[in-house]
Amino acid sequence: MKELNDLKMKVLDLLKEDARRSPSLLATLLGVSEDEVTTAIAELESDHVIVKYSAVVNWSKIEDEKVTALIEVQITPERGRGFEGIAERIYLYPQVKSVYLMSGAYDLLVEVEGHNLREVANFVSEKLSPIESVLSTKTNFILKKYKQDGIILEDHEEDTRLMISP
Amino acid sequence: MILDEGRVTEHKKSMESYLAPLVREIAPSGIRKFFDLVSANKDIITLGVGEPDFVTPWHVREACVYSLERGRTGYTSNAGMPELREAIGRYLEESFQVKYEPLKQILVTVGGSEAIDLALRALIVPGDEILIPEPCYISYSPITAIGGGVPIGIETTSENGFKLTAEALEAKITPKSKVLILCYPSNPTGAIMTYEDWLPIAKVVEKHDLIVISDEIYAELTYGEKHVSFASIPGMKDRTVLVSGFSKAFAMTGWRMGYACAHEDLIAAMLKIHQYTVMCAPVMGQVAALEALTTNGLEEKDRMMESYNQRRRLVVQGLRDIGLDCHEPQGAFYAFPSIQSTGLSSDDFAQRLLVEAKVAAVPGNVFGLGGDGFLRCSYATSVAQLTEALDRIGRFVEKLKKG
Repeated sequence: MKELNDLKMKVLDLLKEDARRSPSLLATLLGVSEDEVTTAIAELESDHVIVKYSAVVNWSKIEDEKVTALIEVQITPERGRGFEGIAERIYLYPQVKSVYLMSGAYDLLVEVEGHNLREVANFVSEKLSPIESVLSTKTNFILKKYKQDGIILEDHEEDTRLMISP
Repeated sequence: MILDEGRVTEHKKSMESYLAPLVREIAPSGIRKFFDLVSANKDIITLGVGEPDFVTPWHVREACVYSLERGRTGYTSNAGMPELREAIGRYLEESFQVKYEPLKQILVTVGGSEAIDLALRALIVPGDEILIPEPCYISYSPITAIGGGVPIGIETTSENGFKLTAEALEAKITPKSKVLILCYPSNPTGAIMTYEDWLPIAKVVEKHDLIVISDEIYAELTYGEKHVSFASIPGMKDRTVLVSGFSKAFAMTGWRMGYACAHEDLIAAMLKIHQYTVMCAPVMGQVAALEALTTNGLEEKDRMMESYNQRRRLVVQGLRDIGLDCHEPQGAFYAFPSIQSTGLSSDDFAQRLLVEAKVAAVPGNVFGLGGDGFLRCSYATSVAQLTEALDRIGRFVEKLKKG
């Protein structure tokens, strides 16, 4: 792991807020040249610090709603490879949105997305549970997302400040 | 019947005629007039807001909620909770190297505004002249007048970056001069005063035996140069009423939490007025203020600072790109560009900008001498809004040029 310089940290903060900010806007905000920003971003990308730019979607706003489950998975680690191999076997499924190795009562936390309950249930019973080293699964469906990645999804309170104040 | 008639005639006397002449003569604030105009318009982007766009950090709000749940709803000591005054004392010493005796020299007030009013009322003998560098915050002159003092404006100019100079100050001093009101970092100009800038001012203050009310509410909001409190200049502490508060640095405007620090005899005099008029600052606000100073409130503050600084660069650069002269504001959250190149007065420019381009900003003339020809643009608004506002101002100025 690298220690990032100050400029890169600030660029990351600003892009986390809004990934569509242009290098020229970032340069003005940070008081540096556009070249410095472009170079910083290029390095962040090639180092895979910035992995991807994607939109944060509030799926509950549209008809085609999705169901998401957080599945607690207990597994037996494989000799020599620990949890890596089994994690890979799980995360390669496109319907798996995230996989985390956890401390505590279970080993992997797997986020699975589907169009309906049955689709997710089928994935668990047909794909996940049959994997040899999987000892048990516990499926928790998400009922509502309030905040994700530090972003509040609900329409939030408006600016209530007076339009003009001394 | 006759009695009734008498009553009727009595009521015909206008309410206005009951008013104290001192109050009647105060002109309504120019900002108020403009506010009514703005409120009537829709789809406006406002650069007119004189307060942070951050909400008070959650842990601060939560501390207040918790104290309410616990039933902490009574009066506090008149001067404010001792633990809050201790915390303010520690904070001022650590941040600005000024040391006050918390229990004798610090008074918690309802916003910095009350502190300024108290100081003026405690000091003014009718007829005393109160020196006020302008353009400045709009309250100083009216509350001086209400207190029986005579406000004397000192014009500062963009050529000097709106800093106060010893020459300008000296030129306005008469035998009646008693108090100098300072506000740096400045609302509306964003000017700051460095240690070197202060030294000649301190000499004049000493020479003419002035008392200084130093409104340092924007002390935490400086970019590049750290704020130098006037009270920290050698020999000035006992002549200075240091006024500050939680509104700007901690995003706590609506809480109305301020404080004054001064010589204990002056604080005792201010406390007399304070205890008979407001009793004490609201306990809820005091609990929140204590939380802001003690639990990582300072970290939140640094995060907000960085964000203001980014937006400052955006707005100053944007205004210059449009072709408006804009000196580098080094404090507060205002840019103060000159609109003289357009040939319009501040009032006309601001009104037309509002109607034709749907951007609200405050015309500089409401801030007193030297303000006409300038526009106060607050950058305490989101980057997206600022970008759009700059676009609109750009198109508007372009249109003016084409005539």
